[in-house]
Amino acid sequence: MNSQWEAVIGLEIHTQLSTKSKIFSGAATAYGAEPNTQACAVDLGLPGVLPVLNRDAVRKAVTFGLAIDAEIAPHSVFARKNYFYPDLPKGYQISQFELPIVGNGHLDIDVDGETKRIGITRAHLEEDAGKSLHEDFHGLTGIDLNRAGTPLLEIVSEPDMRSAKEAVAYMRKLHELVRYLEICDGNMQEGSFRCDANVSVRPKGQKEFGTRAEIKNINSFKFVEKAINHEIERQIDVIESGNKVVQETRLYDANKDETRSMRSKEEANDYRYFPDPDLLPVLIEESLKNEIRATLPELPDAKKQRFIDQYHLDNESATTLTSSRELADFYETVVKASGGEAKLASNWLTGDVLGALNKAGLEIGACPVSAERLAGLIKRIADNTISGKTAKQVFDKLWNGSDSADEIIEKEGLVQITDTGAIEAIVDKVIAANPVPVEQYRTGKDKALMALVGQIMKETQGKANPGEVNKMLIAKLKN
Amino acid sequence: MSLTANDVKKIAHLARLGIAEQDVEHYAKDLSGVLELMTRMDQLNTDGVTPMAHPLDQIQRLREDAVTEIDQRDHFQTIAPQTEAGLYLVPKVID
Repeated sequence: MNSQWEAVIGLEIHTQLSTKSKIFSGAATAYGAEPNTQACAVDLGLPGVLPVLNRDAVRKAVTFGLAIDAEIAPHSVFARKNYFYPDLPKGYQISQFELPIVGNGHLDIDVDGETKRIGITRAHLEEDAGKSLHEDFHGLTGIDLNRAGTPLLEIVSEPDMRSAKEAVAYMRKLHELVRYLEICDGNMQEGSFRCDANVSVRPKGQKEFGTRAEIKNINSFKFVEKAINHEIERQIDVIESGNKVVQETRLYDANKDETRSMRSKEEANDYRYFPDPDLLPVLIEESLKNEIRATLPELPDAKKQRFIDQYHLDNESATTLTSSRELADFYETVVKASGGEAKLASNWLTGDVLGALNKAGLEIGACPVSAERLAGLIKRIADNTISGKTAKQVFDKLWNGSDSADEIIEKEGLVQITDTGAIEAIVDKVIAANPVPVEQYRTGKDKALMALVGQIMKETQGKANPGEVNKMLIAKLKN
Repeated sequence: MSLTANDVKKIAHLARLGIAEQDVEHYAKDLSGVLELMTRMDQLNTDGVTPMAHPLDQIQRLREDAVTEIDQRDHFQTIAPQTEAGLYLVPKVID
């Protein structure tokens, strides 16, 4: 970005709360059902129906509020947001306006080794709309109302971010948090976690904000960064060419990597909010807050710090290992089952295991190597039964089969040769058979040593400890 | 506060209400009267009065998170003007 300009970014994130039934009706929320089979009379907005609030949606919202250290409104009020669109049959969305359930809170993000606090203005409960399908139905639009009434928690940040990188860091942190809290499954492909970004630019040093544009529909971490960067560049171009940024809603097109103006109706933002007379104020008692507070899991930041203190991990490994609750739990199970091999377990998990999962497109929950089986392997590395090199072979077999590490080591005869006499015999044999590299090494060509080590490892089928071999070889060649 | 004819037309459009041109002035006068009443009420001293979100002095009851509805799609769709592949069909909307 041109250094005379500063970007100002705020995010609105819609998280779908993982309840079984809808926020105001007893219809199911499961994803992927046949169209309209999970849309009941309430969701369809038929005359005479009344909304009844889901207790679990309220609890999940309070859980989130407590986790970000926010004020929880003792009295919270639902409001009608009025607009006309066919996937919103009532003609209004039940949302919250003046008294949202979650007030001021914050989330800390790490960018380039620095910690920055991002303010969260509010988080409010609302119902999702249905889906419009614009494919060809003889020139008509198809409406699926299964999603109508699904509970959402809309989390609105302060305009505290100054780069696309910070915005992505915030979004990732929030994604991690809602999954830790088990209030949202975080599935972005299925739309459980969606992001709108408010972006403006201003000359560096200016206090007032520039005119902002809202970018809708950015549903992956990669696209958020690209879409925001693109929008910042666009606004700078507009201003530098002597024009003004228009306040509008823009849609990100991932295929073309650009944002474009949505044909916005003039009155699109005139929602005429008013308190919904069908719903009474929600009372959040101190006792409920205390009860939920007592059941909050260890949060990502606290867990990361504990991993650093307890397992002596570096910041980067601890960050990776605590990026999801499942991964952190997996790690701790491996450490425990391996008899406390915290460092080895961290290296293996952040290296080979995550690498293999990534390649296979799997999450830790679907890892073919269980924590116990991985611990079995780590124990054998720790007690020198196998070399690090052999361990990689064993890991491949753990990944592709069901044998334990011990069974694989036994069947394949991979036990490291610890008998010094046996290794010495091989070293002597290799020295005798390779006079040329031996002479080269003695005359100062250190590289020749590698050829000899290679020969010895080959002779031992990789079962000797390369460090030991190296030491023994140098000792012998110096004589 | 008093409403102009244009305000009335805008409000009618937002609410998707069709009103006849000759009635616009009449509505503007009536609605302005309602707003005038609000302005007068606004002058009352409400210090120490908690704002009211609902006329009933009660709190919202909550229901357990359980699926209690069965699929009645076929039944509901008997009153829809047009359906296909389980979808309700409506005149084309482009955003």
